[in-house]
Amino acid sequence: MDAHAHAAEHEIEIPYATYPRPDTGLYNGKLGIWLFLASEVMLFGALFSSYILLRTGSINWPRGYTFLNIPLATANTFILIASSVTVVLAWANLRLGNLKLGRIFITITIACALLFLVNKGIEYRHEFVEGRSPSTNNFMALYFTLTGLHGLHVIGGIVVFAYFAGPGAKMWHTDRNRYTNRIEIAGLYWHFVDLVWIFLFPTLYLL
Amino acid sequence: MAPKRQLRVGKEWMNAGDAEKLLREAMRIQEEEDARHEGHKQSFIRKYVFSIDHKWIGIQYGFTALCFLLFGFSLMLLMRLQLGWPGHAFSIMKLLGESRAPGGVLLPEAYNQLGAMHGTIMVFLAIVPLAVGAFGNYLVPLMIGAPDMAFPRLNMASYWMYLPGGVVMLASFAATGGTAQSGWTSYPPLSDIATEGQTWWLIGMIFLITSSLLGSVNFIVTIIQLRAKGMTWMRLPFFVWAQFVTSFLLLLAFPPLEAAGVLQLMDRVARTSFFLPSGLVVSGTKLAVAGGGNPLLWQHLFWFLAHPEVYVLILPAMGIIGEIIANNTRKPLWGYKSLVGAVGFLGFMSFVVWAHHMFMTGMGTVISAFFQTTTMIISIPSVIILTALLMSLWGGSIRFNVPMLFALAFLPMFGIGGLTGLPLGLAATDIHLHDTYYVIGHFHYVVAPGTIFAMFAGIYYWFPKITGKKMNEFLGKVHFWGSFVAINGIFMPMFAQGLAGVSRRLYDGGIQYHHAKEIAAATNPFMSMSAWALFAFQIPFILNFFWSIAFGKKAEANFWHATTLEWAATTSPPLGHGNFAVIPVVQRGPYEYSSPEYPETDYLPQHHVIGAPPATAGGGMLTAAAVAQREA
Repeated sequence: MDAHAHAAEHEIEIPYATYPRPDTGLYNGKLGIWLFLASEVMLFGALFSSYILLRTGSINWPRGYTFLNIPLATANTFILIASSVTVVLAWANLRLGNLKLGRIFITITIACALLFLVNKGIEYRHEFVEGRSPSTNNFMALYFTLTGLHGLHVIGGIVVFAYFAGPGAKMWHTDRNRYTNRIEIAGLYWHFVDLVWIFLFPTLYLL
Repeated sequence: MAPKRQLRVGKEWMNAGDAEKLLREAMRIQEEEDARHEGHKQSFIRKYVFSIDHKWIGIQYGFTALCFLLFGFSLMLLMRLQLGWPGHAFSIMKLLGESRAPGGVLLPEAYNQLGAMHGTIMVFLAIVPLAVGAFGNYLVPLMIGAPDMAFPRLNMASYWMYLPGGVVMLASFAATGGTAQSGWTSYPPLSDIATEGQTWWLIGMIFLITSSLLGSVNFIVTIIQLRAKGMTWMRLPFFVWAQFVTSFLLLLAFPPLEAAGVLQLMDRVARTSFFLPSGLVVSGTKLAVAGGGNPLLWQHLFWFLAHPEVYVLILPAMGIIGEIIANNTRKPLWGYKSLVGAVGFLGFMSFVVWAHHMFMTGMGTVISAFFQTTTMIISIPSVIILTALLMSLWGGSIRFNVPMLFALAFLPMFGIGGLTGLPLGLAATDIHLHDTYYVIGHFHYVVAPGTIFAMFAGIYYWFPKITGKKMNEFLGKVHFWGSFVAINGIFMPMFAQGLAGVSRRLYDGGIQYHHAKEIAAATNPFMSMSAWALFAFQIPFILNFFWSIAFGKKAEANFWHATTLEWAATTSPPLGHGNFAVIPVVQRGPYEYSSPEYPETDYLPQHHVIGAPPATAGGGMLTAAAVAQREA
């Protein structure tokens, strides 16, 4: 560790911050992100349950496929799946010691996420132009709430990845394992964001 | 009772106090060296404001939560004036301003605001932050032999989400139409159409939920990952187990409330109708919303959080009581394994009982039967815990110090609170008791003379650890006996009121109702006087607290002769930098009091190696560090 890193890490060293604890097989951050994702499952689980309750209690539930843009949403699904692949490639390349390629894949992940948001923006705009807003009915309310919350998660992912591709990458030169771990953790989060969309897509667009 | 507390330093024996002084000097020199190496000292802001040290964050949580506890209590004091003497003008009410209490007479809508905020502040801003944020943060890493929490920065962020959440809640008093007034449960549709304060309430809640989410991830990772060598699961102090289960409850139960909060925020801000049914008429006009929503949806989401939340309030309290009882009976906790099993089962079951709060909503008898069955089942682990704690007293030579008095009072008080809950968990009896003062009496017995007494017990017990000073025993006893009598004076009559059918949210305490007025008139003034007496008996505590910090006598490191690591292996107060000079290696379970294999003292610390120098304050750590300093 050079002097700069030492100054930044003035506080005491936390055990198992980078290397796994033998009896649990996990380093702290990885366990932390799985717990966080468990809470996220409860958050979206509650929202999906609300969807079921509101839909089963409704006399005339609007069908998303009659007016939502299915081709664009399908494209978005594949864009997100592709970004989940690139984030794994980024981590794999970092594990192999290739920062350059790793950063390229992180950047591709960010690009995919941005493209997803642009498409989502086009869809939102279309809905508002057609006069459909959250207050129109409970389907639209759920549509905007669920995709909006998911969109916030996408934005959060973009911020994190942009930091790691940019200023955060300095850590590679001081603590390579820790940096690689960070990408792994962010990747796990990103897979979850992807997974939420994979549930949202059929729920809102197809059923 | 204790042997001469001497330690071997190098080849010499010296007093424990001198050894500790030596160690402190060594640590100070070390810290200066560190600071010189890095070319800067820890800035004031890093050390005291945005601290990442779990002990300081714990203190921040504790102090803030105690302030909120007092504030939440003072709201109730005003409400009790109105309940005891309805419509009477009180000059103190004028503090609320002309819009809330013209001429000193509290208005009904202001009464509702005080009620809603009393509940919200006590649950989310006082008890949980005190039980988990303060006690958990300060003690868990020390008890498991960790240098800090697993994620110190997340820990800081957790506090700095909690404080803004609290500030938003306080600021909501200034909102147009006043603060939230739909109760701490915020049931729609009323909360959907309430004044602006409700929006502030929701935003504040989202801060608080985020805070507890960050905290709970941190606690679980810390307990799983940072246990010192030899600290196996079944050697964890019961307090740590309680915090562990509590953190899972916070982690998994709060997100549904966050979802509900987001949906209600959408209802209020984006004019959606998640919780607004079709054709709702407000003040004679049909509400202009799409409709089709379901108010019951909120209740399900809310109680999915709020029932586990009840256990978030009580489990850390039970953990504290367990530690204090083991220490002051000088014998191991009775049934440690059963306690651990019960606390885990309790945590699991708490997720499947929520709809017993909703028997009156017409969910149907099948669902009611299911939830009343699970509710009866969950009483089993609670009884196991209480029984084990009670049995621990058997045959002990009990030390009746102030923390132990509070701990002993906890047992019957929580017993009353728990047992009076059974009729509420059965649908048939709940029909009569629902939303009466009986419910208020029930859960206040659990939380006030239950949890809050446990919090006081914990404060008196760990005060010497945190400050290195003694608290005054006499003032502590005045605080205890006064509070004990007064608090029962408030809550005991509530059962009678509830059985007589007095509804819980009445602005005048029930005197306008024929069936309620007799008992309301007979009991309410007495209960209100008890509430103010309870307030008066907190003054000795407040004085004692600050006086002892400033002028208290110095307490030795292991003040209560305890076995757990936070006492036995650290100084008082613990070192600022990494807690332990030498991370202890744990040899045995947490409650080896009066162990026959160790006749020298009546306590055998978790990390002490038999045959090594006597296990006195700080044990092996002091010697090791002192030797190192000598040799340098």
